[in-house]
Amino acid sequence: MSKAIKLNEKDNVATVFSDVKKDDILEILTETGESWDLNVLIDIPYGHKIALEDINVGQQVTKYGEEIGVASKPIVAGDYVHIHNIESIRGRGDWDDKKKSEITNDMVK
Amino acid sequence: MAKKKYTFHGYVRKDGKVGTRNFVAVIPSVVCVSEVVESIVNNTSGTQGIIHHQGCCQTPPDLERITDCLIKIGENPNVGAVLIVSLGCEGVDTDRLEATIRKTGKPVERINVQELGGTSRSIQVGMDKAQKLIRAISGLQREEVDISRFVMGIKCGASDTTSGIASNPVIGYVADKVVDLGGTVIFGETTEFIGAEHILQRRAKNEHVASEIGRIVTEMENRAKAIGVDMRKGQPTPGNIKGGLSTIEEKSLGAIVKSGTRTIQGVIGYTEAPKGNGLWIKDSPGREIELLSGMAVAGADVILFSTGRGAPQGFPVVPVVKICGNPITYNRMEHDMDLNAGLITTGEKSIAEIGDEAFEMLLRVANGEKSKGEAINYNKSMDFYCLGPVI
Repeated sequence: MSKAIKLNEKDNVATVFSDVKKDDILEILTETGESWDLNVLIDIPYGHKIALEDINVGQQVTKYGEEIGVASKPIVAGDYVHIHNIESIRGRGDWDDKKKSEITNDMVK
Repeated sequence: MAKKKYTFHGYVRKDGKVGTRNFVAVIPSVVCVSEVVESIVNNTSGTQGIIHHQGCCQTPPDLERITDCLIKIGENPNVGAVLIVSLGCEGVDTDRLEATIRKTGKPVERINVQELGGTSRSIQVGMDKAQKLIRAISGLQREEVDISRFVMGIKCGASDTTSGIASNPVIGYVADKVVDLGGTVIFGETTEFIGAEHILQRRAKNEHVASEIGRIVTEMENRAKAIGVDMRKGQPTPGNIKGGLSTIEEKSLGAIVKSGTRTIQGVIGYTEAPKGNGLWIKDSPGREIELLSGMAVAGADVILFSTGRGAPQGFPVVPVVKICGNPITYNRMEHDMDLNAGLITTGEKSIAEIGDEAFEMLLRVANGEKSKGEAINYNKSMDFYCLGPVI
């Protein structure tokens, strides 16, 4: 069975370590040693991320237990998570503070 | 329990620093004489050219910066002697360059291309002088010294998601070990602190160091934001994105793992060397050529370099050891990659197992074993990080 690694208990994404396909059953390994299965909704390439739970637009995406961006489109558990549905909140020369608070709903500091 | 003592065999310099290599550095003061330097280096053995692209028509702070960087390259312990190739009308202060390097006690020669009557004559005179310098230092013998005199630089490049999970943790493991044994470790890439600075600040020696970390990150982020666009594609790069890294925060959180877990002693500027042993941050950009130069400027003996997608870069006077976190890349680029940390992602080995292998490899390279890149002379591209425009 294909595997993905969840690095921190707070994470809502995991990293896949093979090319996984739609409808595959993926084993999610965690830092505590427990594991569970997750249905893959769409093809995901090696090394990329899968959502472990639903993430609303503007909600924080968490990996290493830390913020890696916010959802720019609704994400559901089993989705492929990448630049098409999450965006950075740092180094945004194209944003002013108003735009940042609109996008993040002030959910992210 | 008494700690096991680790030593390496290095070249002990008159200023007390210890090198792992013994090169004659041929240093152009300005880009205009690069080809003179290339010809001298191509026709001699034991020489390395410092082929940068700066040295004239820059703002005064940048000219001072380049002069300082060239001095520090000459002072790097892997350099045993220096030949300065000057054009004659450059902005770099060649008198200060020569005089300061000379204070280390290393033999230094200088030639001036305009005075010597052009490039071809300068190549001949430069070769004669390089020959003399090579013969002066090539008989020097290595001596056994404690690992506390070792200075390690760190870099990650062409990262993918395996970098933060396999190769960077391996380098972090080695960094902790070198620091615990009394050595010196330098990491940088300020751009790749963005989104992870709060974690580094918690490891700062005191509040001043924590605020310095905050300052350099804000300055770097503001430089990127001043262009008025989303920095994505600049950082993370298209290759990072293809490798699964979605945002600069994700890249940064994986990148800082390579610094290990020990206390951060201080933040040094791009032209500076650490002010003591232990773990130091160098304020520097993420691109390879400028970052590796920054590590050489800081006096690095060897640089450990983590990669996922396969970065081939080396450096002229400092061995670069490639730790590859992606097993597919390692198999595809085995002749550029020194160690396969991808075995961590496949579950075949632990971070500690590969970390111990990396530490042993580091000691062998310090003792003279050539890294894969060194063995095929893939070590010429370099440049310095400037702040102002070319004018």
